[in-house]
Amino acid sequence: MLTEELQRIPHVQALSAMPGAVQEATVHLGEVTLMIDPEQITAVCRKLRDEFAAERLSGITGLDWYPMEPRFEVVYLIHSIRNRYRLKLKCRLPGESPEIESIYEVWRAADWYEREVFDLFGVTFRNHPNLKRILMPEDWQGHPLRKDFPVHGHKYSYRAE
Amino acid sequence: MSEQTSVDEQAALPLEEQSNGKRRTMTLNMGPQHPSTHGVLRVVVDLDGEVIRHAAADIGYLHTGIEKQCEVRTWQQVVPLTDRVDYLANLSNNLAYCLAVEKLLGMEIPRRAQWMRVMLTELTRINSHLVWLGTHALDIGAMTMFFYCFRERENILRLFEMFSGQRMMTSYFRIGGLALEAPRGWQHAVGKFIRAFPDSIEQYENLLNANPIWMERTKGIAHMTLDDMLNLGVTGPMIRAAGLAWDIRKDEPYSAYSEFDFQVPTRTESDVYARFQVRMDELRESTKIVIQALEGMPEGEFQAEAPGIVLPEREAMKTQMEAMIYHFKIISEGFRVPPGEAYVAVESPRGELGYYVVSDGATNPYRVFMRTPSFGNLIALGPMLQDKLIADSIAALGSMDFVLGDTDR
Repeated sequence: MLTEELQRIPHVQALSAMPGAVQEATVHLGEVTLMIDPEQITAVCRKLRDEFAAERLSGITGLDWYPMEPRFEVVYLIHSIRNRYRLKLKCRLPGESPEIESIYEVWRAADWYEREVFDLFGVTFRNHPNLKRILMPEDWQGHPLRKDFPVHGHKYSYRAE
Repeated sequence: MSEQTSVDEQAALPLEEQSNGKRRTMTLNMGPQHPSTHGVLRVVVDLDGEVIRHAAADIGYLHTGIEKQCEVRTWQQVVPLTDRVDYLANLSNNLAYCLAVEKLLGMEIPRRAQWMRVMLTELTRINSHLVWLGTHALDIGAMTMFFYCFRERENILRLFEMFSGQRMMTSYFRIGGLALEAPRGWQHAVGKFIRAFPDSIEQYENLLNANPIWMERTKGIAHMTLDDMLNLGVTGPMIRAAGLAWDIRKDEPYSAYSEFDFQVPTRTESDVYARFQVRMDELRESTKIVIQALEGMPEGEFQAEAPGIVLPEREAMKTQMEAMIYHFKIISEGFRVPPGEAYVAVESPRGELGYYVVSDGATNPYRVFMRTPSFGNLIALGPMLQDKLIADSIAALGSMDFVLGDTDR
């Protein structure tokens, strides 16, 4: 299922050898994107960190494809300084109950990035040590970066009320 | 550093439980309006005497929803928004966004525009480092530095004003090149500033380098290991001060950086003093790059040849129908970008600044994610302050060089 170009990349090859882990692999504008089975995200990240020198997590963000299903995508931007590659991992999550395993134990940077995705997209990260809103006020209703959240005209929330 | 509790999990517990039932700790609230945070950052510290047992950063006070705003603007209209993310490194933000969109469009940017971009982002780096140095030293007690640094910074802001008409929110880089041709006499103005600048650096160093108070307050303070930094997502001068020669300008050269000769300064001590030294060396390297750009600036166009994306010239609009139609289309509707996504990272003064841009083929971005260096670096604040003295927290905060607008977006 891998194209020749992708087969030459060792970490892509190793990940697609994991049963069911890689659902789709694409190269677009020189950027490698792997669609990962959400159940295996922690295992995939750990493998990248331990065996393919992915020292750092650049960031985690979300995409909302409302009204399509599966609605959400969680995007992991992974970077290896030593092996000089960048990699995007994506997990598709259903709109009903977007939930995925936290990768906090692989990269502790995930702490804040997962909180941000939780805050702005409403994706729940299982086993995150402190999953609460980070940018919006604690009592905010809704998740602003969802496509069905209005850009203008939303009523303000007041903490004390 | 080994414990796996999250940043502000403990802050929510009552006092007795925080201190494990033995010694009582005092919870102190720094901010959100603390002068040393240079913005609105709240840090909740638990003190055992003068030692910080736990520190938790609370951010979000400056959240303005810029990423959401980007989704309802045309591609070109996003550029002024990126200025407002980080008010000290506006041109780096412009650059990262433009590069990402240009990657999606598959655009070739003329060499002159690329060189101009390099020169101006390096001036931005100098500007940002000067503000950092001035305020960092001011926090530690060296007030004179502030005036010296802002004296030079004023000159850079004048240059920015000369180029773009704005001192801070320049929006000078546009998708397709630059907003305007460089003003008449820019070589003289930039040259006058940059050739005098090494003397200024020397002046700063004379004040600080062997200053016993400065050494006492910065040497060996806020140490953090390289592995921890990588794991926590720290980038930029902080990680170079821990011994890793990683600079995106060298490792993944963008714009015209591969044509320039410069070094990546590093230190190994990973303390506040090492971070100071790295940034001072970076001032010198940036000066070198600006001088090279000044001397070797190629002739040519400042915008790409891309009708429908780049605005036509005024004169052409008066005589050619196509030019007028393009102008009308670009202003009223914007241009379409082929579906796809791109992530472009640049080395901002604070570290890795990445723009992840997703297009669904429309005239506005489907999603713009800003991987900002201040956000990444602040994750390390809690672990860095742990078991350090409260008096050193100010030096530690200063050495991180964050901008809260950049953190909260």
